[in-house]
Amino acid sequence: MTTAAGELTQRLRGFRTVQRLAYECAEAVAARLEPGVTERDAARMQREWLRERGVRDWFHLPFAWFGDRTAFVNFRVPLQFFPTGRRLEPGMPFILDMAPVYEGYTADIGYSGSLGANPVQNRLMDDLEAHRELILNAVRERRPLREIYEDVDRLMVRQGYANRHRAYPFGVIAHKVGRVRERRWSPRLFGFGTQSLKGLAADALHGHREGWSPLWSRYRFSDHPPHPGLWAVEPHLGFRGTGAKFEELLVVTDSTDPEQSAFWLDDDLPHVRRWAEDK
Amino acid sequence: MTLPEGTRERWVRTGGIELCVAELGDPSDPTVVLVHGYPDSKEVWSATASRLADRCHVVMYDVRGHGRSSAPRPLRGGFTLEKLTDDFLAVADAVSPDRPVHLVGHDWGSVQAWEFASVKRTEGRIASFTSISGPSLDHFGHWIDKRVKRPTPRRVGELLGQGAKSWYVYLLHTPVLPELAWRGPLGKYWPRFLERVEKVPGDGYPTSSLPTDAAHGAWLYRDNVRARLRHPRPDAYAHAPVQLITPLGDAFLSEQLYDELERWAPQLTRRTIPARHWVPRSRPDQLASWISDFVTSVEGGRPEPVKATGRHADRFGGQLVLVTGAGSGIGRATAFAFAEAGARVVAVDRDAEAALRTAELARLIGAPQAWAETVDVSDEQAMEKLAEKVAAEYGVVDVLVNNAGIGLSGSFFDTTPEDWKKVLDVNLWGVIHGCRLFGKQMAERGQGGHIVNTASAAAYQPSKALPAYSASKAAVLMLSECLRAELAGQGIGVTAVCPGFVNTGITSTARFAGVDAEEEKRRQKRTARLYGLRNYPPEKVADAILRAVVRGEAVVPVTPEARAAHLMSRFMPRALRAIARLEPPL
Repeated sequence: MTTAAGELTQRLRGFRTVQRLAYECAEAVAARLEPGVTERDAARMQREWLRERGVRDWFHLPFAWFGDRTAFVNFRVPLQFFPTGRRLEPGMPFILDMAPVYEGYTADIGYSGSLGANPVQNRLMDDLEAHRELILNAVRERRPLREIYEDVDRLMVRQGYANRHRAYPFGVIAHKVGRVRERRWSPRLFGFGTQSLKGLAADALHGHREGWSPLWSRYRFSDHPPHPGLWAVEPHLGFRGTGAKFEELLVVTDSTDPEQSAFWLDDDLPHVRRWAEDK
Repeated sequence: MTLPEGTRERWVRTGGIELCVAELGDPSDPTVVLVHGYPDSKEVWSATASRLADRCHVVMYDVRGHGRSSAPRPLRGGFTLEKLTDDFLAVADAVSPDRPVHLVGHDWGSVQAWEFASVKRTEGRIASFTSISGPSLDHFGHWIDKRVKRPTPRRVGELLGQGAKSWYVYLLHTPVLPELAWRGPLGKYWPRFLERVEKVPGDGYPTSSLPTDAAHGAWLYRDNVRARLRHPRPDAYAHAPVQLITPLGDAFLSEQLYDELERWAPQLTRRTIPARHWVPRSRPDQLASWISDFVTSVEGGRPEPVKATGRHADRFGGQLVLVTGAGSGIGRATAFAFAEAGARVVAVDRDAEAALRTAELARLIGAPQAWAETVDVSDEQAMEKLAEKVAAEYGVVDVLVNNAGIGLSGSFFDTTPEDWKKVLDVNLWGVIHGCRLFGKQMAERGQGGHIVNTASAAAYQPSKALPAYSASKAAVLMLSECLRAELAGQGIGVTAVCPGFVNTGITSTARFAGVDAEEEKRRQKRTARLYGLRNYPPEKVADAILRAVVRGEAVVPVTPEARAAHLMSRFMPRALRAIARLEPPL
């Protein structure tokens, strides 16, 4: 029993390390952003920063969205998520989103900020706190993921915002991540690491047989209680051309103790610190 | 019409002319110099000046040869723009020797003021310039030049259009005739013409000096127009921030004249107003508010904390917009869209928290001010109180959006009298109260406005599932049409918006008659899911509402299905009736 728990904590430590690394990267790159930098530049900066620190594989390559692209305005096809030549201007909001794999552990994080003050995005970030609490509490109550998704939706509407995570592939608010086997050669398909996609596909197959899905969406395939594992949760708010999100790992276990059944992998993250400072 | 009470008159001598200058307000406030047009005298500004006086030091003067100012001798050559600039500088030096003045010109006043604001010798004397219905002759010259030398079909059309609107300019260039006409019948019938065609209030203006003013003023055209249009100055750049106010119903100037104005006046603030040429008399409230806002922003070093970025900011900037049902859905999206366009927003909802939230976010995205009011629109007394409060504290509403509504579904025989009462109280009586109270304030003010009522595609699409709801919305549609006819003469537009299936909270609060609570809950969920799949965003309806107000549209179906049903109701009503018999997939 102790070995199992020990193994668990050791695994979690691995995930926590890579998540911290990714957030450090986001903060470092965000600090280097200046007017005129393009989304492609920002994506490259993230990639290089992480490569230098030993990241060899990705769940997905880093994304960067500037201006109204943070709210996915007029996004019709998934190709539009990829970084473009859009240049950053003073006051513009931006979102950095990256999913590095480090020593076989995957993280998937989202970091929202703006170049100078942006009161609207500021407000969105403040209002995301309620979503973080709502999601955790609902998962601890073992409510079906589809219902939690709808609750998040309702909270967004009440706050006056639009749900922008529905623009993601399959409209997911979260997806499972796991360990990835390290290979010398790690090809990618449309920006997604093939090893990670393989893991996701295997999960999807298992889940299909057992009645759960590694994708957490509004659709019927998510009509099941939270499945144990690590979930990269990414509620994404949009408000008239400004978007904000956070993305971090939620640990779900099969423990009967509510506290232990679900918890955020790390509470020492930029957005969480920011809420704590505001209080 | 005489000048407002408390006006101080004085005389300024310049170049052998005596100019009559009137001042109002505290001289320590920023000075605003109002320059009148043709054929007018400074009294044309009375209504605007009295509204500005508590915030500004208002100065009006009679242009040489007009009103009580003396005329140059001889008249020919006495009205050149150079001489008018001398006059302006003399007045500015007399009323505000130490600080630059804020210049406002209407019609020929604006034509002159463009000269003032773009010549070297006035640099440092002008803090800002608000131009109303009067282009710079130099810019006009370049505008014509470009269209003549590089004609495209569009440019030729623009040229011919403005050419036709300038008919009076040609007449004024004939000798003697204009003078005779003004001193004869034209001078006599002019006030009546203004009231009837230009829709200005009959308030004793023009003054008795009109025939002489108009006769002298003809020399403004003769001395300047030909010379400047033929040889426009190449360096007519404004050296002060410019606000351009364009009346959309102007019979004498086309909007296209200002298409390339940014070239001459960088950082131009554009405003449009649905009115005719004489806005200083027909829309003094709006004018005074735009002038004083512009003056304040320039005096404050043009800080731009939250800039209105919306598409119709030129039209709605600073206007007061009241939206009912603004706590969610279409109402909230509409409040946000107006906020983005720089309007002041009153968000009314029966849910206090939701209304507060709307107001708060509205301020964040561009509304200079936004307030939340908790009122149930079906409550007559509460609405009356709201109307009083809004008029007293925020002003007269410029755009009213009667949007609050509830859903009710179920067979006619399952719908109880209480159900009927509830849905009619909110959907119909709410609109009636809104139109009655706020529409009355608009009509009494007499400076135009717009009312938007949210009807529904169900207003013309019958359905066996929605008898009560459809009846209430059909009533709203017809009420809007009737009101539109009644208010047309007062410059108040009325629009009925028919959205269709829009993804809002109306589905989860809708009542389903004739089923138990559990089944009702299930149906609400099911409808919400269907509407969610349709996923037509309320923001698009809000955009349609703003567009409808700008264009003054009567009935606006929004979603494709609402448009299709609207067409069918006209051309294939039987098909529509067949659809009405279908059982909804609940």
